[in-house]
Amino acid sequence: MAHVSIVVVSHSAKLGQGLIELLKQLAGGSSIHIVSASGLGDELGTDATLVLRTLEDCPADSDIVVLFDLGSALLSCEMAVEMLPEGCRQRVHIVDAPLVEGAIAAAVEASIGGTVDQVIRRAVEAKQLAKVNH
Amino acid sequence: MNHLSTDTFVSFVEAYANRLVEMRDVLNNLDNRIGDGDHGTNMARGFSAAVDKLKSTPPPDVAVGCQLVAMTLLGSVGGASGPLYSTVFMKLMAEWKGLTEVNRVQLQQGLQAALDGLIARGKASVGDKTMVDLWTPVVRRLAETESVWDGADLMAVVKEAVLGTKDMIAKKGRAAYLGARSQGTCDPGSLSSALFFEELFAAVLPKGAERIQWHTLAL
Repeated sequence: MAHVSIVVVSHSAKLGQGLIELLKQLAGGSSIHIVSASGLGDELGTDATLVLRTLEDCPADSDIVVLFDLGSALLSCEMAVEMLPEGCRQRVHIVDAPLVEGAIAAAVEASIGGTVDQVIRRAVEAKQLAKVNH
Repeated sequence: MNHLSTDTFVSFVEAYANRLVEMRDVLNNLDNRIGDGDHGTNMARGFSAAVDKLKSTPPPDVAVGCQLVAMTLLGSVGGASGPLYSTVFMKLMAEWKGLTEVNRVQLQQGLQAALDGLIARGKASVGDKTMVDLWTPVVRRLAETESVWDGADLMAVVKEAVLGTKDMIAKKGRAAYLGARSQGTCDPGSLSSALFFEELFAAVLPKGAERIQWHTLAL
């Protein structure tokens, strides 16, 4: 039973979809809810109403970890959270992490049953991740 | 000033949308130099969509009109200006709940609440080269003016505020990546906000407000 959902918010719908594809592969066969709320129709941009609907569609018993690409995506995420019913807002955690590396770390942690705090910590730690060891 | 009735509100949003279409290239040009070049396109698209919504679903009062605009902008503008301008109209909606006519005090209070909302949403301070640099002096002048609002005086504040962003170094958004290279260009968000106030004052001041020739001034 997975208790952490992951929502990716990018300005590019293609980037969001591609990342979800990668995350599902890396999360193995686990049943965690990983979805994208990216793009603005056919345009680049973010849509707070799409983010809102995506948050509402997450399993009701799950904590939701949200990762985003640029600062203006954060504004859309924050607006979406404010439009949620008050009781739901504390389930949503907008995380300050690099989008791709942070989402991978979060998805792997969530897929092995990590708690929401562990998932958030992994995502944030991805900022310091050394990718090339000299 | 005249009261802002529901009909006047709708005409104001329509006039603003038309102005954004007319000024799209100027806004894009400024944004091209320091941002991602689409501020005019995004704003024109968003406010044109808001006008369509107001026409197809005529609002019963000003607050509902504000709500329609706020929600439409979220799904049609993109970039930071979507959530920011949407916040403006959400704050106006909250201040003007149930009103079919907004008087001068309510208008001033609404705009103050909108500015507070902008600051809370974008976390920008005065001097960061954002729309807050336009809103702050204009809202302050409205609060200070005890007698009748003077269109020429208010437009002078608007003009000075936009031109004042030219030498600022951007601290927010894409322009912040440029650092000192963002100097020398007016902030496009301040200009789109200047157009907002020009059309608002034109709508509520009996003598109207003269439009500023931004094509020659801001570029």
